[in-house]
Amino acid sequence: MTRIATYLKAAAVIAAAFVHQAQAEEIAAPLGNAANGEKVFRKCASCHVVGAGAKNKVGPQLNGIFGRTAGTIADFRYSDGLVREGKNGLVWDYERLDAYLDNPKALVSDTRMNFRGLKEEQDRHDVLAYLRQFSDSPQDIPEAQPTALSKEVELPPEVLAIVGDPAYGEYLSSECSTCHQRNGSDQGIPSITGWPTEDFVVAMHAYKKKIRPHPVMQMMAGRLSDEEIAALAAYFADLGD
Amino acid sequence: MKLNRRSFIAAGAATATLGAPALRANTKPRVVVIGGGAGGATVARYVAKDSKGEIDVTLIEPTRQYYTCFFSNLYLGGFREMDSLGHSYGNLAAGGVNVVHDWAIGIDRDAKSVALAGGGSVPYDRLVLSPGIDFVDGAVPGWSTMAQNAMPHAYKGGSQTELLRAQINAMPEGGTFVMVAPPNPYRCPPGPYERVSMVAHTLKANNPKAKIIIVDPKEKFSKQALFEEGWGKHYTGMVERIGPDFGGANVEVNPDEMTVNVDGEVIKADVCNVIPAMKAGKICEMAGVTDGNWAPVSGHTMQSKIDENIHVLGDACSQGDMPKSGFSANSQAKVAAMAVRGALTGSKVFPAKFSNTCWSLIDTDDGVKVGATYEATDEKIAKVDGFISQTGEDADLRKTTYEESVGWYAGITADMFG
Repeated sequence: MTRIATYLKAAAVIAAAFVHQAQAEEIAAPLGNAANGEKVFRKCASCHVVGAGAKNKVGPQLNGIFGRTAGTIADFRYSDGLVREGKNGLVWDYERLDAYLDNPKALVSDTRMNFRGLKEEQDRHDVLAYLRQFSDSPQDIPEAQPTALSKEVELPPEVLAIVGDPAYGEYLSSECSTCHQRNGSDQGIPSITGWPTEDFVVAMHAYKKKIRPHPVMQMMAGRLSDEEIAALAAYFADLGD
Repeated sequence: MKLNRRSFIAAGAATATLGAPALRANTKPRVVVIGGGAGGATVARYVAKDSKGEIDVTLIEPTRQYYTCFFSNLYLGGFREMDSLGHSYGNLAAGGVNVVHDWAIGIDRDAKSVALAGGGSVPYDRLVLSPGIDFVDGAVPGWSTMAQNAMPHAYKGGSQTELLRAQINAMPEGGTFVMVAPPNPYRCPPGPYERVSMVAHTLKANNPKAKIIIVDPKEKFSKQALFEEGWGKHYTGMVERIGPDFGGANVEVNPDEMTVNVDGEVIKADVCNVIPAMKAGKICEMAGVTDGNWAPVSGHTMQSKIDENIHVLGDACSQGDMPKSGFSANSQAKVAAMAVRGALTGSKVFPAKFSNTCWSLIDTDDGVKVGATYEATDEKIAKVDGFISQTGEDADLRKTTYEESVGWYAGITADMFG
């Protein structure tokens, strides 16, 4: 999509936001089912955490997302696109979160969020209802556990401390790139570029221990040593910039 | 540095050639790759990319536009158009690969050179053969490539696939589609059965009384339980398979009459898809690196067991436990690229690792997959671990599997062609 088309789409979304603001706040939001939303959020949870103690991962933590200006969590490194749109006045209200979740790159063309979007309207309502619980006013955040995936495997510190050899990772990565594109494209197969190394290491060990369910990834991770996982993490972390 | 007579001469020689870049370029090690598919395009790209200009890479491929055989069944089912399966070599050329569109017609292993149909020859230090498959002469009595317009094989992507789709679309109402399936080993083990699924999908919409008959010399086939479950669910009563217990191995065709004789019983076909027994692409035989139908290789490096200056990839090689697939060829290409660079430039060589996954589409959003990992042993490429989709999986998982296959297609073609 061209820059101009993106702005037009964003402008349309903003216009829609004004027209529907009242409805959005009072009608659309209650339509979502937070319990279902928690399940939908699993699609987001490999990159985002929400709830008490949530920290930034591949994506920023999502406590207080409602009403936040885009690209403004101080210690998170955003794409240029999100920072720019934040400066242009993009504030995450219900309508705009809904549009972003529908198709992230249609709203912010150069976002690093490689997610093709939640195409079912109900899924978006549900997940926003779920996120809403962590947002209304900061002091009301329930004392919920962080989402399960943030501590999906407990790794010994010596495993997390391994410094990967990116050159070895580059060779090993040739097995990954048969499916996962080096340019970070995400269609049917997730992007694995630019992840923080620890998240990458944890995810791969979760596959290796068969905690994460995908059979291809369980198989691929299953024969990687701790050093090899660290090498891949080091290589792919540098690839996303 | 200790300056002895030998290094002094070498240094002098280097100085002398500084003014002659053409001559100096010729001193770079040369890799020639024959065949620009999943094995050949990948190995050419990786050697050029990873050697950073230290190795001259030439790719010899007759076609300017390569149509993948993988996903061509989806074209038969109407899920893809032919254009979306075509790939050119422009990005490889931009990445430093010398792409020569010509046929390799002979290999002189002593002189280490490849003769081209267009004249001239190309010298190599290492040769990589990745020609894919050819068909065994006389494998299906009555059929030859002369008959491939009447009875297409459609087992190389492109015009044959288009011909088969046109024939399916022109079938009379309630007509009969016959597939003569190949014996093991052959390219893409689930391929014939995915094809049956895709043909059934098309016929169910356009010609629902049509029948599909598979004449099969094999006792069992890849993903059999998954396909049979899917056919029962989506294409009830349309698909019949005649296995070897009912004479499926004793088949003869008559392309003029459009008949198929199965163990004495003559079937009239409206469309007949003959997929004959396969062998390594002919250039392997011409190079003298085959043993029987295929080229034996070392799993550690993909080097021919007959000539260590030649590597053979993909469908053409005897690849141990690995199935013949585009994914396998791409995986083997990376091992070969590493071995070739190690031999020619001394770059670091890591232990060979291989993997394969084959996705198949049974009906809209009903995808299944099978896969495994492999390692090199001194004897062969040996399976380490594997998985397969299960019967009775829910629709969401099948849809995700299909979407994953579409992502894989984008991934592997980017990995091959840049």
